Amino acid sequence: MKSTWKLALGLASAITASTAVSNVAHAEDLTLCWAAWDPANALVELSKDFTKETGIGMKFEFVPWTNYADRFLNELNSHGKLCDLIIGDSQWIGGAAENGHYVKLNDFFDKEKISMDDFVPATVVGYSEWPKNTPNYWALPAMGDVVGWTYRKDWFSRPELQKEFKEKYGWDLAAPTTFDQLKQIAEFFQKRQIDGKTVYGASIYTERGSEGITMGAMDVLYSFGFQYENPKKPYEMDGFVNSEKSVKGLEFYKALYDCCTPPGASNSYMGEGVDAFKSGQVAMHMNFAFTWPGLQKDENVGGDKIGYFVNPKGPDGDQFAQLGGQGISVVSYSDKQESALKYIKWFANKDVQAKWWSLGGYSCLNSVVKDPKFPSSQPYAQAFLDSMAIVKDFWAEPSYAPLLQASQKRFHDYVVAGQGSAKDALDGLVKDWTQIFQDDGKM
Amino acid sequence: MLNRTADNVARATPEPLAKKIRGISDKGLAWLFISPTILLLLAINIFPLFWAIYLSFTNYRANRPNEVVKNLGLANYRRILGDQDIWIAMQTTAHFVFWTILLQTVIGFTLAWLIDRKFRGHAFWTTIILVPMMLSPAVVGNFWRFLYEPQIGLFAYAVSFVTGIPPTNVQMLSNVELAPWAIIIVDTWMWTPYVMLICLAGLRSIPEYIYEAAEVDRASNWRQFWSITLPMALPFIMLAVLFRGIENFKMFDMVNLLTGGGPGSTTEVASITLKRQAFESWRTGYSSAFAIILFVAVFGLANIYVKALNKVKQR
Repeated sequence: MKSTWKLALGLASAITASTAVSNVAHAEDLTLCWAAWDPANALVELSKDFTKETGIGMKFEFVPWTNYADRFLNELNSHGKLCDLIIGDSQWIGGAAENGHYVKLNDFFDKEKISMDDFVPATVVGYSEWPKNTPNYWALPAMGDVVGWTYRKDWFSRPELQKEFKEKYGWDLAAPTTFDQLKQIAEFFQKRQIDGKTVYGASIYTERGSEGITMGAMDVLYSFGFQYENPKKPYEMDGFVNSEKSVKGLEFYKALYDCCTPPGASNSYMGEGVDAFKSGQVAMHMNFAFTWPGLQKDENVGGDKIGYFVNPKGPDGDQFAQLGGQGISVVSYSDKQESALKYIKWFANKDVQAKWWSLGGYSCLNSVVKDPKFPSSQPYAQAFLDSMAIVKDFWAEPSYAPLLQASQKRFHDYVVAGQGSAKDALDGLVKDWTQIFQDDGKM
Repeated sequence: MLNRTADNVARATPEPLAKKIRGISDKGLAWLFISPTILLLLAINIFPLFWAIYLSFTNYRANRPNEVVKNLGLANYRRILGDQDIWIAMQTTAHFVFWTILLQTVIGFTLAWLIDRKFRGHAFWTTIILVPMMLSPAVVGNFWRFLYEPQIGLFAYAVSFVTGIPPTNVQMLSNVELAPWAIIIVDTWMWTPYVMLICLAGLRSIPEYIYEAAEVDRASNWRQFWSITLPMALPFIMLAVLFRGIENFKMFDMVNLLTGGGPGSTTEVASITLKRQAFESWRTGYSSAFAIILFVAVFGLANIYVKALNKVKQR
């Protein structure tokens, strides 16, 4: 009888203990919030190593891009505890820092000897710093990204097309190095019959709802000479945003939309662009570099059929590209900040970053991207490196959302709906942005 | 008899419970029963309304909780009423409301009138006609987006078949002229059955003997329609117009799914502008003022309309 009691007591203790242990493990689980896209799947894979090493479980909250900003900015603004770690968009950094949503990481970096000098400079400025160009860090560069182009190498290399193109334009059909060349190629392919199918020149960003058309138009405008403000006088925008060069850039973007995009492509962003390219509709395709690993693997358009090129030069030889990508931050409302910081420390590790790149994420660590083997590690690696060297980003001010909404409206009204002129659109944008900064007390 | 039953129930009530309840008047008991509902209504309807009115006079932004909230007086209202973009959004809304109501009323009433003929299989056809209304707006928006697709959409091919225009030129959602009509078509397709149902109820409520009397007086079918059918069904039609008007004034889902307000701002109805200001630009004070203006406009118009409806009913 005694032994039966002992056995029962032992079993009960074991069950209680195991429940307690499992509760502890459960309590340690971290939730990481990000967008639902290919790199997120790679991160899930990568994070298994973190769980193995530390015993801390990882949960993920991924939201489609169209709702990503709405969902997570709401979460941060309401001081929600859903996310312990967040990979937030680069433009959120100002608002997240000033409103206390992110934990400042300077002391942690110092303690753990994580140096921002070890990361690609543009990604540190773009994803981590607020105010910009000051050593105040709110995120660790996590996913490098930039707008670039893919093209149908197999179509470009067809002798009959090369011959016809050379006769028509006087230069060899190849990946364009200037926007003029890009437009000529797009015109050449527009409504052309290839393998019995009508194809079109290019897929570009035209989406109205979130940030699409701004990312696309800015990607072109930078190289035409657009500047956000007077470099010597912050927030002075008149004559910079709406300069003659900027007007020419916006006119070019509209001309490209009018002449050379597939029918009905008036609300096209990352997903629609990938669809257009994968379905063999377009000869060229503007998109963030994160889409490249997936396209490279695609059976129909990937492998030898696809090529990559950096955003071309503008009329004066200037060459810039729109920065994408994000940094990883610790949410200040999280109860598990210590574990979240452990994840950041682990993620900053050289070997982890190398594996991150191999799985399809874009590492921002110098030791990975400056490795002599890096350019040949993937067919798109060189284009990615070259693109990251010429990036510019949209405003990262706390008021980035209204600033973005204003540009979305002005650009879409002109480029897609054809209302007014490019000058009207940019003058209107100066007016809107001035009002926003005045409301913020910055002017 | 009723008193006796009440006495019996009172006698059957256990003494401790009876002691507890004794002393509460009928009015008190009524308040006791309705107070949970009133509290809920106050918490989720009345309080937010007054809170929004308060916010509409401030510069409050929900994404900047640490910032000092300043009282702006009527500045938000002045800015909204002087904002050309807001007026354009209101015009777009008015255009959308007018055409959807007109089409839905005309088609809905016609369908109801036909269904009321009680031909063979009318029950089956009634069910078929009601199907669009039963679908989720998200589903409707998504499949119509595919139907409108110029390269693969059936709509473009149907138009091309009838008119000879190449399907890739039928860009319903990209063309500035066509995009508002694309939304009107979808809303009409989805909600005409609803108007039809209400009209059918109206038509079925007309007593048969009135038509028999008209027959005796040798009134033509046309005369019967204008003098009996339409006047007697009018309160129902007006009710349908009221419901659809209020619904379409705040239309959001279909526009958001089909065009997102584009191309440009050609389909940006007031609710889309409001959502952008409130939850994308985070101008909470400003958007509260806009919401109050919309509320007053809808409330005022609905009141005028209900008075007209009552007059028609009293005739």
